[in-house]
Formats: sequence, C-alpha cells, structure tokens
Amino acid sequence: MNTESRLEKILASGALAVTSECGPPRGARPEKVKEKAALLKDHVDGINVTDNQTAMVRMSSFAAGIIIKQMGLDPIMQMVSRDRNRLAMQSDIIGAYAFGINTMLCLSGDHAKFGDHPMAQGVFDIDSVQMINMVRRMRDEETFQGGAKIDGAPKMFIGAAANPFADPFELRVMRLAKKIKAGVDFIQTQCIFNLDKFEEWMKGVTDRGLDEKVHILAGITPMKSVGMARYMKNKVPGMDIPDAVIKRLEGVSKEQQPEEGIKMAVESIERIKEIKGVHGFHIMAIEWEEKVPQIVEQAGLYPRPKV
Amino acid sequence: MEKFEPEIVAFCCHYCAYTAADMAGSKRISYPSNVKIIRVPCTGKVDAIHLMKALEKGADGVYVAGCLEGDCHFKNGNIRALARVDRVKKVLTELGWEPERVAMVNMSAGMGEKFARTAQEFTETIKKLGPSPGKLTGNGNKVAS
Amino acid sequence: MITAEQKPIQEIIQYIAPYGRILLVGCNECVTVCAAGGRKEVGLLASALHLNSLKQGKTIDIKEITLERQCDPEYVEELAPYIDGADAVLSMACGCGVQTVAGRYKKSPVFPAVNTRFMGASLGQGVWAERCKGCGDCVLGITGGICPVARCSKHLLNGPCGGTSNGQCEISPDVDCAWRLIWERLKALGMENRYEDLMNAKDWRPGGAGGPGKIIREDLAQ
Repeated sequence: MNTESRLEKILASGALAVTSECGPPRGARPEKVKEKAALLKDHVDGINVTDNQTAMVRMSSFAAGIIIKQMGLDPIMQMVSRDRNRLAMQSDIIGAYAFGINTMLCLSGDHAKFGDHPMAQGVFDIDSVQMINMVRRMRDEETFQGGAKIDGAPKMFIGAAANPFADPFELRVMRLAKKIKAGVDFIQTQCIFNLDKFEEWMKGVTDRGLDEKVHILAGITPMKSVGMARYMKNKVPGMDIPDAVIKRLEGVSKEQQPEEGIKMAVESIERIKEIKGVHGFHIMAIEWEEKVPQIVEQAGLYPRPKV
Repeated sequence: MEKFEPEIVAFCCHYCAYTAADMAGSKRISYPSNVKIIRVPCTGKVDAIHLMKALEKGADGVYVAGCLEGDCHFKNGNIRALARVDRVKKVLTELGWEPERVAMVNMSAGMGEKFARTAQEFTETIKKLGPSPGKLTGNGNKVAS
Repeated sequence: MITAEQKPIQEIIQYIAPYGRILLVGCNECVTVCAAGGRKEVGLLASALHLNSLKQGKTIDIKEITLERQCDPEYVEELAPYIDGADAVLSMACGCGVQTVAGRYKKSPVFPAVNTRFMGASLGQGVWAERCKGCGDCVLGITGGICPVARCSKHLLNGPCGGTSNGQCEISPDVDCAWRLIWERLKALGMENRYEDLMNAKDWRPGGAGGPGKIIREDLAQ
C-alpha cells in the first residue's frame, strides 16, 4: 500500500471499486458542492472533482475537493495540464495533500477552444504522462520535478484517463502501457457505450498483462434522453456511441427515456463485470448525480465495503 | 451638374473579348465610348496592381474580360484573373469604395453582341455609382488618353 | 519560413494618418514567398493607401522600397538615403524586420503593416501551415519527422490525447492529429516500438522560457 487513499484500499481488497464525479459550481457556492457530494456519499468510494471541465471556469478542483474532504468523504482531485505549469501543479498537489486529499487524476484537459475562454493561452508545460511521472516521483522519491527534495512528500494515489475509443485504436493499449510505465495506479476510462470495442481493448490490455499493473475502472454514463445521446455522438470529441444506443432510446417515449438510460447503464455494468481486468466502475452521471445511488444499487454494487 | 460620363478601363484578352470587340465593330454594333480597351495576351496577365493603378489614376470603373471558363488559351488565366478581381473588390470594400467598380466578365471571340452589351451594362452600373470617390474631392487625376 | 498576413487596412491607415510622407518597406525573404510583404504587396498597399487618401481629399507621398532582407543591418542600411525624406516608416516585413529598422533609425516612427504568424511550410499555392515552434531542442528525430510541439494543439510529447476523432484533432476536423501522423510514420518506418519510450518533461528554456533567445557563434562574431 502506497497511500492512505480509500480507493487504493478498496482495490487492494479485491472488491470492485465505484467512483463517481461532481462538477464544481460556476461561482462561490460551497453549498452546491455539498449538495452533489451528499447525493453520492454512501454509494461510492471516491468522488472525482473535475478541473475546469470542458475548459469552462469553475470553482477549482482543489477548493471543491477540500469541501468534500471536510464532509468526511473522499475526493479524487482532477488536474489538467492545460491550466497550470509544473510549479503550480506541484504546489497545488502539496496543498491538497496537506488538506488530506490523497487521490488524484492526471489529465491533459479539453482544449480551451471548447470553453468560455477560447482566447486563453493553454499552458501544456507537461503532458498527462509526464504529470503522472512527476506525481509518482513526488510520492516515491520525495523529490520535486526539478530534482530538489520535498520536506513532507505528498503521497497521492495516482489516476489517469484512458479512451479506448479514440483514434488510432491500435495505439490505445500502447498508450495505456506508457501511462503505466510513468507510474499510474488506476485508470478511469471514457464513457463506454460500444461494449464490443471496449472488450477488444481490454483483451489487448490483458494479453499484455497490463491489468496486473493497473486498476481499470470502466466509465459508465447513463443517457438522460435520446437528445443527449445524439449530442454526445456528434459533438463530444473521442466519444463512440453506436446507433443501437440511439435506436433503443428512440424506441421508448420521451418520459421513459431517463429510466431506459439507467437500465442501459446497469446492463452495461453487468456485462462489463464479466470482463477480465476490470476492477471497478466510474459512474459519470452528468448533471444527474441523484441517479448514481440507484444505478449502484441496481448493479449490485451496494453496499460499499468498509475499509 | 453636367451629365456624368464615366471613364472605364477594360482589360480584354486577345483571344476572346478583344476579338469580340472587333466583331462588334465589324457588325456595327455600337457600345459606349466610355470604355477604353487595353489588349492583354491573357487575363491571367492582369494583376491586382493594374486594376488598382487604373482606379488610382482616375478610372471610375475597371473590368477584366476573359474567355469563358474552361476555354482559356493558357488553361486557367481567366480563373486567376477572377481571383485577383475578387481580391481588389475586398480591398475596395475595406477602403469604403464600391466594390462594383471592378468586375470580371467572360465571353468568347464570337460574342460581339455580348461584348457590346457588357460594355453598356457596366457603363450604366458606373453611371449609377457616380464618379470615383477619388474624384469627388477634386484631387483625382484624369486618365491619360 | 516565417509567415505573415497583411493587417486590416484600416489599422494601417490609422497608424500613418498623422504623416504625409511614408517610406513603405518590403522584404524579399519570407514575406515575399508567403505573399504578404514583398515587392508586389508593397505596390498594392501603396496603391490602396493612395486610393484612400484620394477619397479623403488628401495627398500622401509614398516611397516604395523592397530590401533584400529586412532583418539584416547590412540591408537595412540601404534605407539611410531615404529616411530623412519620410515622416514615418511602414514595414511589411515580419516582426524581426520591423525591429531591425526601428533599431537602426531611432528618430523615425516605424509601424508594422503585417501580422507575423508562424514558422511554416507551404502546402501548395497560397496555403501555409505551422510546422515549427522554435522550441530549441528538436524532437523530430524521435517522432518520425512530425513535430508534436508545433502540430499537436496541446503540445503533447506523449500523445495522442483522448480527443482524436477520425484521425483529426479535437479542435477541428480540418486539423490533423499530430500523434496519428507520428504513429503512421513510425509504423511506416518500422519503428512502432519507439512509441512506448517515455518522453520526459521538456526543458523549455532554449525555446524562450529562459528569456529572449540569442545565438553567439564565437567563430563568426566580431
């Protein structure tokens, strides 16, 4: 065990882990963070706190993470390389750890073009792989990226993302291998709708034995409506939504679509549970956090183990 | 105010519009004397600077008359000319001049009537626009004729 | 080459509005090749400025000169005979040229007539694309001859990110994913295994993070 992270403990116990996420508010409203986190509290082992997701300014993941930590829950602080150079990253990591945040996710981040400040200069001083490596060295070697010793090293459980669906597909297993080489502990995948393709990717992962070196949490997103499914198919980069998903949602009335979406999410979890190498689920209910408990329960992942 | 008679410069391709002008002459089809023809070996030879200089020197309108699309003797000179005309239109717009003062037209050598009609129509367009903005201030030069 | 585009003409007009005698200076190098500030563009801009002053009822005296290279003091010296006859200089060179002229002729106001864009290559007639960021520590030798610093929208050294769609960058279907290109190239070269080599965090100092760049060649410098 490298860290105090609850997620690490759950994964080490061999149980399927469950994480979810909460997008911080676009304003100084701590109560909004608390409301969202409270919806998730008994049903997940960690709560991702997004970092200016889709390049829209929001309360920092650091600050929202502290709010969640102070509720006695387990935030997973996301950090994107778009908005910080290595100095800012390391100081925030130390700061977060000082507040008890012990789990984080290293990401490149969506391009600023997608957000509300498209004119901003993206930082991209280091990329997500280099960030993983930096955080691992801060933990294991107690040194800053620049080489100096840290007095009070942050012991982060290190996560990263993987998108099995982006191009070129044949590179996606190799990219995971690269993140493992850099020192990642766990992976949360992009939302999975194309289960066949996910299985194909996982086969590539297990064929190389990579599943023994990293914990993979499968990304699950319930569709709220057929409109959302179409939007994700056409507008969200790197998303793979098979036509069958859209057809199935079209097949029920508008009022029934949310329920159908949840049913589909639960079915996906059931099928993915059977895939070798999957160690848990990351449930991203976008602006629909209240449905996470239901999904977790229906998928037989409740109650959460105590560690 | 005396009746405005515009001065117009037409860059005419030797292989089409210039011959069409000849044909108009031999068929005794009249066209406005406002149009001063400059013969060019191909409209691809007409650069943006030629159009600009004509306007600068006091022309009220300038057009380029090239072969029908696909018929250029040098393959794509007329297409290039069109791009240059468009570029000059943009410059004029940015300067607050009417972009209609420059134009590209296409015809074949046998189209004497079209030549005359084009000259007529372009002259009418320029008459409606009035004198070149460069002349209104009394500062413009006259086209040397 | 260094690419540039002419500024909006109204911006240029505003710069030179207070002046009657303008020295309009082009450059025979990069800006000629990218058709932004060579002899031809100097002529066109001069003509446009004349048209503008005609409309304003003013006169403007424009002296047109195109130098061999505006970023070289030797050639910039050629402006000396004309500089006193001008109230302002309008430069159509890249930012390097504008500054060389401004540095040499300290009493003359010097204005840029183009926006310098990027170091790029020609993709065909009238099309240029960025190819180099001048990072000062070239990685092309390990990325199959395709630069992730200049051509990946996030400068990822261990890409691609998860936003690639149909082989194109997430920012636009018109932008190739640099890492897709790198991967295809590594494959073609039989160097796939190189992909999994970790590229360490870059030292950005040689590319500008260490302050303005300067090269001094001892064997050449006087």
